[in-house]
Amino acid sequence: MGILVVAEHDNDALKPATLNTVAAGGELGEVSVLVAGAECRAVAEAAARVAGVAKVLLADAEIYAHPLAESLAPLVAGLASAYSHLLAPAATFGKNLMPRVAALLDVAQISDVIGIEGADTFVRPIYAGNALATVRSADAIKVITVRGTAFDPVAPDGGNAAIEDIPAAEAPGLSRFVGHELTKSERPELTSARVVISGGRGMQSGEKFALLEEIADKLGGAVGASRAAVDAGFVPNDYQVGQTGKVVAPDLYVAVGISGAIQHLAGMKDSKVIVAINKDEDAPIFQIADYGLVADLFKALPELSAELDKQR
Amino acid sequence: MKVLVTVKRVIDFNVKIRVKSDNTGVETANVKMSMNPFDEIAVEEGVRLREAGTVTELIAVSMGPPACQETIRTALAMGCDRGILVESEVDLQPLAVAKLLGVLVERESPDLVILGKQAIDDDSNQTGQMLAALLGWPQGTFASKLVLADGAAVVTREIDGGLETLSLKLPAVITTDLRLNTPRYASLPNIMKAKKKAIDVLSPDELGVDVTPRLTTLKVEQPSKRQAGVMVGSVAELVDKLRNEAKVI
Repeated sequence: MGILVVAEHDNDALKPATLNTVAAGGELGEVSVLVAGAECRAVAEAAARVAGVAKVLLADAEIYAHPLAESLAPLVAGLASAYSHLLAPAATFGKNLMPRVAALLDVAQISDVIGIEGADTFVRPIYAGNALATVRSADAIKVITVRGTAFDPVAPDGGNAAIEDIPAAEAPGLSRFVGHELTKSERPELTSARVVISGGRGMQSGEKFALLEEIADKLGGAVGASRAAVDAGFVPNDYQVGQTGKVVAPDLYVAVGISGAIQHLAGMKDSKVIVAINKDEDAPIFQIADYGLVADLFKALPELSAELDKQR
Repeated sequence: MKVLVTVKRVIDFNVKIRVKSDNTGVETANVKMSMNPFDEIAVEEGVRLREAGTVTELIAVSMGPPACQETIRTALAMGCDRGILVESEVDLQPLAVAKLLGVLVERESPDLVILGKQAIDDDSNQTGQMLAALLGWPQGTFASKLVLADGAAVVTREIDGGLETLSLKLPAVITTDLRLNTPRYASLPNIMKAKKKAIDVLSPDELGVDVTPRLTTLKVEQPSKRQAGVMVGSVAELVDKLRNEAKVI
C-alpha cells in the first residue's frame, strides 16, 4: 500500500508546498503523486523529476482546469483503495478538497499534520497552536493535510518516475468557476519565502506597505500582514499570516507595527529568527522576538533600507 | 427559502488556554465559553438574508452537551427563528457532526447550510466540506462574499493566491471566512425575545447516526516556548546582529 500525494499546481508549475507534502509522505511509504488539471503534462513531468516520487498519475481533462472540490473529490476518492494514506498540502486547496474526499470514503480527516509518529499516529496543532495533540486514526485509509513548514521540502529534481495517464472521473456539474483575482507579485511566495516582512495596523495605510516592499526586495523576501491590516483594507486577504491565514516559517520574519495577537503568532512563531519593530514597548510580539526594536516604524524602515545598502 | 446555520460552543477566543497537567486535553472547567467566531459570521449572514426577505426561516443548530443551548440562544437573539440541539456527551468529531447535520438537512430541507470555516478549538476546518460530500451538494468554502440569484449561490472565496468566485447550484453548503461580514451584538430586547423561541433537543440515536470517534487523542501537550530575545537600541545594531550573529541576511 503506497502513499498518494495530491499535487497543488496551477497547470503550469507545481506549488512549492507539494514538495513538503512529498517529504511527509516519504516518512510513511512509497509516494505516488496525482496531478489533476487541464493541459498540465508539464506539471506531471516536473512531479516525475521530484526526488523520492515513485510514480505520477496524470488526470488531464478540461473539468480539472480549476481545482473544484466537487470534481476532484470523486477522482481522488476513486483512487483511494490502492493507498494507505492520501495527503495534500494544508493550503486552501487541500483544506477545501481533502475533507470532501474523506467523507466520500467515510473516514476521518486529519488536518494540518506537523509530525508523523507512525502509520496511524500524527501530531497536529489545536487552539491556534497553543496546544499540540497526538491523535491515532482507527480508519483504514488516512486522509491528511500536511503543514508544509513542519517538513523540509524534498529536492525538485533527481527523480525519474513514470507518468501514467488516468481517466477523469464523471463531472458532477454542481459548481462552475466564474473568475478570480490573483495577486500578481514578482516576490517569492509567502509560504516558501526565506525572508518575510509583515506589517500590521501600525502601517496606517496600504500605501505605506511600499516601505516594506522596498526592504523585502533588498532581502529577496515576501510581504505579509496581520489580520488587523487586512481587515483595515491595507492589503488583500492573501497577505494574511496567522491561525486562519497562512502559516509561515522563514529563516527571518520581521514583524513591523504588529502587536502580536495570539492568532498572528500562530502563523509565524516557528520562524527561525523573529524581529519585531514596534513603538509600544509592551507589545506582546517582543516576548517571542529574538531581536526587538522599540521605534517609530516610519523612521526605522527608511533607516533599515539604507542600512541594508551599506557594505558588509 | 430556508437556511440552516451551525453554531459551536468553544472556549472564548480571548481566553489563554491551559493544557491539563495530565496531558489529556485542555482545561475547560470554569473557563468562559462563547460561540465560535466563524459561526457568528455564519449566523450574521443568515440573519442578513432573513432581513433582506430572501430567507423566510432561519434555523440554528448546535451539537454537544446541554450547555450548547446557551450558544443557540445567542444565535436566536441575533435573529434566528428556532433552534435544534443534538445533545451528546461524546466527543463529536467533524465526520460525526457532518452525518448528524446530513440527517437534519433531510428532515428540514433547507436550500442553504452556512457554517463557520473552522472552530477555534480543534481548528479542523472539515465539517462543511464533509457535509457537502455526504449530501452531494456543492461547497463554497472560505466565503468572503455570497450572492443568491436564480437558483445559484455566487460565492467569492479567500484562496491562497487571492480571491476566487464560483457559481454553485442550490442547494449548497457555504463556510464563512473572516471578511464575509461583521457580526452584530444581540440587543437586550432581542435577548429577551429569544428566550421564548423554540429549541428542539434530539439525540444522535434518534437521528440514527453512529458518532463513535474515529480519532483517539493520545495526548495533548504544550508546544515548546520561544525564549524572548534581546532588545536592540538602533537599526544599525539590528542589522549588525542579523548579519553577524544570526547570519540570516
